[in-house]
Parts: sequence; structure tokens; C-alpha cells
Amino acid sequence: MYKSWWKILASLLVIYSTIWGFLSKAPELPILHESIRNLYFHVPMWFGMIVLFSISVFYSVRFLSSGNPEDDLKAVESTNVGVIYGVLGIITGAIWAKFTWGQAWSFDVKQNFAAISILMYFAYLILRNAIDEEQKRAKIAAIYNIFAFPIMVVLLFVLPRLSDSLHPGNGGNPGFNAYDLDSRMRMIFYPACLGWILIGYWIYTLVYRLRSLEKKHA
Amino acid sequence: MLLLNQVKYLIRKELLLEWRSKYALNGVLLYVVSTVFVCFLSFISIDKITWNALFWIIMLFASINAVSKSFLQESKGRQLYIYTLASPIALIISKTVYNVMLMMLLTLIALAFYTLVFDYVPADLGLYIVATILGSLSFSTIFTMVSAIASKAGNGGMLMAILSFPLIIPVLIVLIKLTKNAIDGLDRSVSYDEIGLLLVINALVMAVSLLLFPSLWRD
Repeated sequence: MYKSWWKILASLLVIYSTIWGFLSKAPELPILHESIRNLYFHVPMWFGMIVLFSISVFYSVRFLSSGNPEDDLKAVESTNVGVIYGVLGIITGAIWAKFTWGQAWSFDVKQNFAAISILMYFAYLILRNAIDEEQKRAKIAAIYNIFAFPIMVVLLFVLPRLSDSLHPGNGGNPGFNAYDLDSRMRMIFYPACLGWILIGYWIYTLVYRLRSLEKKHA
Repeated sequence: MLLLNQVKYLIRKELLLEWRSKYALNGVLLYVVSTVFVCFLSFISIDKITWNALFWIIMLFASINAVSKSFLQESKGRQLYIYTLASPIALIISKTVYNVMLMMLLTLIALAFYTLVFDYVPADLGLYIVATILGSLSFSTIFTMVSAIASKAGNGGMLMAILSFPLIIPVLIVLIKLTKNAIDGLDRSVSYDEIGLLLVINALVMAVSLLLFPSLWRD
């Protein structure tokens, strides 16, 4: 029990942020209206994805120095969960965009770049399928993973700042902090982020344990 | 010092091999020239933005063809021979430097031919040339490492495209932006951001390749 406190915390935070996110009062803003509540789901997905991809790179680096197949398994499974988070982030974003910007895919820079970075990780997964020999696959995939990570960072954190975007905080649009993320929303937004990150980590540990059991009994 | 010597000899080896067969240079040159010609025949007249985008698409495919051969074409025996003689760091540096030289030559020739055929010269030609040089630099650094990965993975060409396209898109976006500034003839101080970013990406990619290649090379 004492080891699973963070799982309980994660569940409580997500339940709290979901229920209270729909029930609490949100600031009344033009265009956004009630859709502002999507903030509690859309943004945590991206934070979760970044955390999971970072875990994946960490284990890829560890694999290259240790050669331990467990590390490779951890790297793949965290990438898998990260990709799911990324796809969910794109879907929640598309729904939000449909109601506020008028089009599900508005060709906003951040939308495009997020899609490209997901493509990068699909390429990583395809690369794994292309190689049969296990040790070799693990090594080459780890190298590609580490090679792609800095480019993903540039893609998601540097390039969007150079161009106009419909997202808040870019291209002259004020950030959320500036006017509408008032203290009531903060009380839900931060717990939601923490909760979803922890849930993502939990899913990853479950998937990883499942895979390693499958491997042992195969 | 030893490293420098090895790099020097490996680059000489690449140049010598290329000079004997002249396959890569002539092949890719013919590829670029015929693509430009096909584009000209299908567009005839073209507006500035399409002109720019078309140039980068042509260069993208030409450089994938030119650079991917650097690791994919070498036989296993010859690779093994080089690996016993030289350090992996020297190998990746020499391949990258050779590819940078090849690509710069190719892009400059391609740009000259492209402006000639379409009879259009960008407003700020100097900046455009700087951009193409930076572009060939980034293409070769990224594609050299990816081709090393793809060649180790076994089935070359297909994997090369899948792995490198998502990685090259960020560079391509910055390049298209930079060259658009050059076409519009904006003041050069506007473009410092993009030039700096390209240099940073290149430095990053080079550093990561140098770190990773020794472990990729060990079989």
C-alpha cells in the first residue's frame, strides 16, 4: 500500500479535475465560452506526452550503456503510451478548434508540428518492426530515439515561437496566464496536469510489466 | 592529430572513389536537371512562392538520393575493412564532411540551372545562396546519420525515406521561411533568427551523431 500512494493520488487528482472541471465556474470569455474547460484535458495530454518521451530517451541512453533488454522494453513501452497521449492531445485539440476556430484542423503551426512529431515516433515504431534480430533492433531503435529527441524539442518548443499561431501565448496572442487563467482555474489545471502525468506513468509501468511477463513465458 | 589524419585520408578516399566512377555527382546532377526540366515543362510560368517551394522539394529528393548512398552503397566487406583501420568518429566526420561538400556543389549548380530555366532571380540573391548553403549543410548532416542507421537496419531505401522525412521537416520549414525572406528582399537583419536557428540545429545534430555513431558502428 505504501508504494502505491502515487497511484491513489493520480486517480484522485484526475477524478477531482474531471468532475470539478465540469461543475466549477469558468470565466466567461468571448469565443471560448464553456469550451475553456477543455484546458483541463487538452494541455495535460501534451505534458504527459513530453514526460513519457523523456522517460523513453532516458532508457534508450541507459540501454546503450548497459545493453540490458529490460531498458529497451521500457523505452518502447513509454513511447507507445506517449504516442497515445499525443494522439489524444491532437483529438482534444481538434475538437476544441472546431468550436473556437471553426475548423477541426486549422493548419495552426502547433497542430502541424505536433502531428509531425507524432510521425517521428511512428517512424521509430516502424524501424523496430523492420529489424528481426532483437539485440540489434534494440540498439538501432535506441540510437534513432536519441537522435530524434532534440529535433522534436526544436519542433515543439522553438519553432512555434517563431511564427504566428492561433494558440494562446504565440504570435501576439496573450497567454492564458495573462488574463483568463484565474485562480479558480489554476486550482483545477495544475492538479489535472500532475494527475494525468502520473496516470500516464502508471499505464506505462502496467504495459511494461505485461510485456516483460509475456516475454518471460513465451 | 591521429584523428585528423584519419579524417583526411578517409575524405581523400571518398573523393578518389567518386572521381573514378563519377556516379553520385553525375547521377544526381542528371536527376536534378531532368526534374527541373520536367517542372518547367509542366509549370512554364510560376509565381514566387511556388518557385521557392518547388526548389526545396527538388533538393530534398536529390539530397536523399545523393547522401543515402554514403553508407548504403558500401559493401559489408569494405565497411569491415575501414572499421578495423579507422576510429568511428573519424569515419562519421569524414562521411559528413564529404557529403557537405558534395551537397554544396550540387545545390549551387542546381540553383544556377533552376534560375536559368525559370528565368527568375530572387530579390536578395546573396541571402538565397547563404540559405541554400545552410540547407545543404543541414541535409547532409541529418541524412548521413540516418543513412548510417538505415544501412544497419538492413533494408535501405524505403526505411531511409520513412526515417528521414519527419526529421528533416523542421529544417525545411525554417529554410523555406528564410528563402521566402530572400525572395521578398526583406532587410537581412530580419533573417538572423532563422540563420542562427539553422546553425544551432546543425550543431545539435552533429554533436548527437558524434556521440551516437560509435555505438551504432559496434556490431
